[in-house]
Amino acid sequence: MSDKKYQITIGIETHVQLKTKTKLFSEVDNDARGKEPNSCVSPVDYALPGMLPRLNEDAVKLAIRAGSAMNAKINSRSRFDRKHYFYPDSPKGYQITQFFSPIIGEGSITLPSGKKIRIEHAHLEGDAGKLSHFDSYSLVDLNRVDTPLLEIVSMPDISSAEEARDYCKELWRNMVYAGVTNGDLYNGNMRFDVNISLKKPEDKALGTRAEIKNLNSFRSVERAVEYEYSRQSKLLDNGEKVIQETRGWSDATGKTTSQRSKENAQDYRYMPEPDLAPLNLSEDFIKTEYEKCPELPEDYRKRFKNSVSSDTIEIILDYPELARRLAEVEENNSNEDTVNYIANLFSSVLLAEENSSLLNDPLPDALKLSELAEMKAKNELSSTSAKEVFLKMFEEKHLGKSARILAKELNLIQENDSSALEKIVETVLLNPSTKKAQEDYRSGQEKVLGFLVGQVMKESKGKANPSAVSEILKKKLK
Amino acid sequence: MKVANKSTSAVSLVKSALEKIEKYKDKNIFTFINQENALKKAEEIDKKIRNGEQVGRLAGVPYALKDNFLSTEGETTASAKILTGLNSPINSTCAEKLEKEGAIMVARTNLDAFAHGSSTENSFFGPTKNAYDDSRVAGGSSGGSAVAVALDCVEFATGTDTGGSIRQPASFNGVFGIKPTYGTISRYGVVAMASSTDVVGFFSKSASDLDLLMSIASGRDSKDQTSLPDFYGTSDFSLEKKKIGLIKEFVESPALNPEIKSAFDEKVSLFKSKGYEIVELSLPALEYALAAYYIIQPAEVASNLSRYDGIRYAYRTKNLKDESSPEKSPLDLLFSNTRSEGFMRENKRRIMIGNFVLSSGFYDAYFLKAAKARTLIIKEFEKAFEKVDAILSPVAPNPAFKLGEKVDDPVSMYLEDVMSVPVNLAGLPAVAFPAGFTSENNKDYKTPVPLGLQLIGPRRSDKNLIALAGEIV
Repeated sequence: MSDKKYQITIGIETHVQLKTKTKLFSEVDNDARGKEPNSCVSPVDYALPGMLPRLNEDAVKLAIRAGSAMNAKINSRSRFDRKHYFYPDSPKGYQITQFFSPIIGEGSITLPSGKKIRIEHAHLEGDAGKLSHFDSYSLVDLNRVDTPLLEIVSMPDISSAEEARDYCKELWRNMVYAGVTNGDLYNGNMRFDVNISLKKPEDKALGTRAEIKNLNSFRSVERAVEYEYSRQSKLLDNGEKVIQETRGWSDATGKTTSQRSKENAQDYRYMPEPDLAPLNLSEDFIKTEYEKCPELPEDYRKRFKNSVSSDTIEIILDYPELARRLAEVEENNSNEDTVNYIANLFSSVLLAEENSSLLNDPLPDALKLSELAEMKAKNELSSTSAKEVFLKMFEEKHLGKSARILAKELNLIQENDSSALEKIVETVLLNPSTKKAQEDYRSGQEKVLGFLVGQVMKESKGKANPSAVSEILKKKLK
Repeated sequence: MKVANKSTSAVSLVKSALEKIEKYKDKNIFTFINQENALKKAEEIDKKIRNGEQVGRLAGVPYALKDNFLSTEGETTASAKILTGLNSPINSTCAEKLEKEGAIMVARTNLDAFAHGSSTENSFFGPTKNAYDDSRVAGGSSGGSAVAVALDCVEFATGTDTGGSIRQPASFNGVFGIKPTYGTISRYGVVAMASSTDVVGFFSKSASDLDLLMSIASGRDSKDQTSLPDFYGTSDFSLEKKKIGLIKEFVESPALNPEIKSAFDEKVSLFKSKGYEIVELSLPALEYALAAYYIIQPAEVASNLSRYDGIRYAYRTKNLKDESSPEKSPLDLLFSNTRSEGFMRENKRRIMIGNFVLSSGFYDAYFLKAAKARTLIIKEFEKAFEKVDAILSPVAPNPAFKLGEKVDDPVSMYLEDVMSVPVNLAGLPAVAFPAGFTSENNKDYKTPVPLGLQLIGPRRSDKNLIALAGEIV
């Protein structure tokens, strides 16, 4: 947006639901997918009097791992606080969060472009319940209450809608690769609050910001920023002021609308949480968890730098299981062409829209994939046949079969044996129907070679390697 | 205390307790009587005894549970309208431990609603009367428990002490009361007042009973992450210095009732005669204790009471229309009317104060400053306990005051806590013990009322304090 009149400054707060077995402060199932409303709720969660929070150690471990994925400092001492507000989604009347001393300090996320977005801090907190509104009543579901959240707060380093999208996507990738969240955006596993302000390039101070709350897709982040740019720039063009406020986004209308201005902002009356002792983490504990962080998108980029095009890498990186499988292929067989071939199969065949349902099935293992790539490289399979074999690998009845066995069964292995091929070529050349073409070729019309290759392929029932056939034909017709 | 055995049946113990409960009905001590269940449990214990089976250390002992302990037997109300109708699915850890040893809860005791008060007058069920004088208060907030023990309705009773709520009613009614080191007994299943100073403790008729109860109830509970690993069961009575301190600021206070002062002097002489050295201490930071306490405590109270909104359990308003303020949504009205109708005046006062001191712009000036004063108080106590084993102190400046005397004067009511709250802010243990009565000649009292004193010790010195109290009563 460098050609634009105003500079845009963006900071993003991201809520990441951590995939612990139990909730942040109770021993109740944290995974309520497909369960009855209010069925994953303990007396601690629904705030019976006399109930006390019990901090889930696994949530602390995942937070450290998330910190590792952001190259962040882990604070050996952090603390919990209460943030008060009345709403039926908050049974205690307050949320337990880390307002004064968060667990994770400064870190950063590197975008694919190479730009670094600094992380200000990240803290642990409990999620709220969910309300459903009907005509004359509302219902409360407390299943989500105190699902552990990590709120990651970026510095205002983001300067375009595209960058905002890239940041959210890269953060999502890092959290998913680190294994701290299921990362299911549709179900709210990650939610983004985007703070946007505009200023003239010559101005030093930042403009007044608006906060767009609760965005749950990368696309809506991008669109919301674009909309806010045009809304705020129009206000500024007309000499009006941007109001500091919270706004909501509608995917349907493509607009943001005011929810609550700063004047009406709630006073959360933060207070140290007296029911939980300060969290003191030993250096060993932090180190152990920090090192458990698996390979991240940036590691995969480095790994495949020489074998796969960067565009293809970026496509594959949206699917952690594909990146991991590709890495296994690489570990099986260091041949760069093989890796590249499988990467392309993933990006252009598996991820083609018509095959999207296959992503729900188990991915063929690295051994099968490597063998498939080798057969293709040795011309035992045409590229069309290789794709076919690849797709068939997902079918349940073929699961136990190696690439070669499957290709044989499907009768797709190419004839490369030159003596066998020569025999077929001779048969075709003896056929009167090819006489004319042979003469034409000899008189200089090289185009007809294609027709002859086609005839040979037909004779071989598609199993001949066309380039080998073409070489033999050229020799014979000299 | 009397424990059931081959010659004394649990049923007879429970029946005798139930009779006394009935006898003292007019004192308004109890919120719930557990007659049927209690007798059933007593029969089970007697059967075990007859069969020669092992029974616990409190077999058949009738006790009373302060009504802010969650219990599956009867409603748990904390003497607050807003909790009426609450049938808890859970028992407090403390009560579970007592029952495991065979103790039998025969009744639940009255308190100031949510333990907010020093007289048990702030109860939705009305005030409990002093054990010795119907015109005087029981003290509070655990007034019901203290009177129940004082009138021998039960062998012991549970209490909670956030700013003196065990020690003050114990001294007003002439019984023993322990406020343990913060974290000694699990708070799980106890309706929270101010979490950072709330402790669970007991009322009893002797120091040795307190010792037994403490050894049963103490210990780490995974459901309360502020609970301490058991130290009580592993500690022995040992006084290194044989020195008892007295706090100059308390003893010389002009507000101290002369009868309490002379009871105090008597115990000082007794300690001296037993070979203890008396050391005068000055703890100037205690001047800030009451102010700090009435900032920190209401802040935590306001927070802890936020959960009572009428959405999920207990009391809910029926009044969802307000013609005078049409801007209010039914949800606003559900919250505000439930809370307006359900809380007592004193509850509301503390919610207001608490939210004020936590509000943006005031946090640093009030809450943070109070937290600093608290640290100062902790340090002064630590220094004091380098010099002495324990501190002897009055519990409150005055004996039991008259019903209604202070209800409309909250500050004078708060001033009654001046000698008890420093202990809570510092998380220290203290034992209140009986120290005689006001004199027959004192015209201010139509009948003599009990006097009480307390012994305060360093953290984890609970056993020493109980033993010391036993030595001088």
